[in-house]
Amino acid sequence: MKFAVLAFPGSNCEMDLYNAIKDIIKEDVELVPYKSQSLAGFDAVLIPGGFSYGDYLRSGAIARLSPIIPALQAFAKSGKPVLGICNGFQILTEAGLLPGSLQKNVSAKFICKDETLVVNNDHSMFSSAYQQGQLITLPIAHGDGNYYCDQETLKELVANNQIVFKYTNNPNGSVDNIAGITNQQGNVLGMMPHPERAVEDILGSDDGKGVFQSIVKHIKSRGVIYE
Amino acid sequence: MALVKVYVNYKKSILNPEAQAVNNALQRLGYEDIEDVKLGKYFELTVADGKSKADLDAEINEICDKLLANYNMENYHYEIDETEAAK
Repeated sequence: MKFAVLAFPGSNCEMDLYNAIKDIIKEDVELVPYKSQSLAGFDAVLIPGGFSYGDYLRSGAIARLSPIIPALQAFAKSGKPVLGICNGFQILTEAGLLPGSLQKNVSAKFICKDETLVVNNDHSMFSSAYQQGQLITLPIAHGDGNYYCDQETLKELVANNQIVFKYTNNPNGSVDNIAGITNQQGNVLGMMPHPERAVEDILGSDDGKGVFQSIVKHIKSRGVIYE
Repeated sequence: MALVKVYVNYKKSILNPEAQAVNNALQRLGYEDIEDVKLGKYFELTVADGKSKADLDAEINEICDKLLANYNMENYHYEIDETEAAK
């Protein structure tokens, strides 16, 4: 199978993702520049962290107007996996592919440290390699990671089992300790923590591998390689 | 030409930790009567002539909804100033 890693001006985790897929997950992967207009031939799309367009206006607000976004929206609509990490999560909310938005951390500080997450839904195509309730440790690195949605949206997230990862020790003020959510269809995941920075022991943890292994498992178990 | 002044600020329910930091600084400066600070964004859009007031209103609202404000967390209002732009 083949992963696309999108790269926007100001992205800074695209090579981490690229190397995690290539060297650890050992699947095909290609960087796709933001000016591209096609995602043909890819089975899954990864949107990296960073500071696209310098976070001007709001994190992700300018990136979601890039030439690649219509192709991303069509890709997501077709049901294929889309994973946005950190700034990728922010871009997905701004693009309307995920509900809610990411505000400034309650502390107003940029937070860069390991956090313990609990797997809140092990049925998603991004988390099936984990067990329900499993604790995993992933690094976070963000200033705008405070997930916000209104109470009505939160009820829907809970009812549809869209909350995949939660913080055990909420670092940023997120509603309901949310660290990662999917869309209603379950094929778009946004998460603030960085699984690609935790894929081998030398990085301190390989707890993040499961996210990518889950995607691979999902694609291969379908027995269908898209397009 | 018209000058459109757009003000975007956080909804009441949204925490504004940057504004809180500013307020804390004001308190340290001794301005103890300042009870609350909001810190939002301000835009000036210079718009070419030729649109009716209604069309311009529609356009500015669309611009705010699509880009300048995030309806999840922000409110906006704007003023159209035709004298300022004429200077």
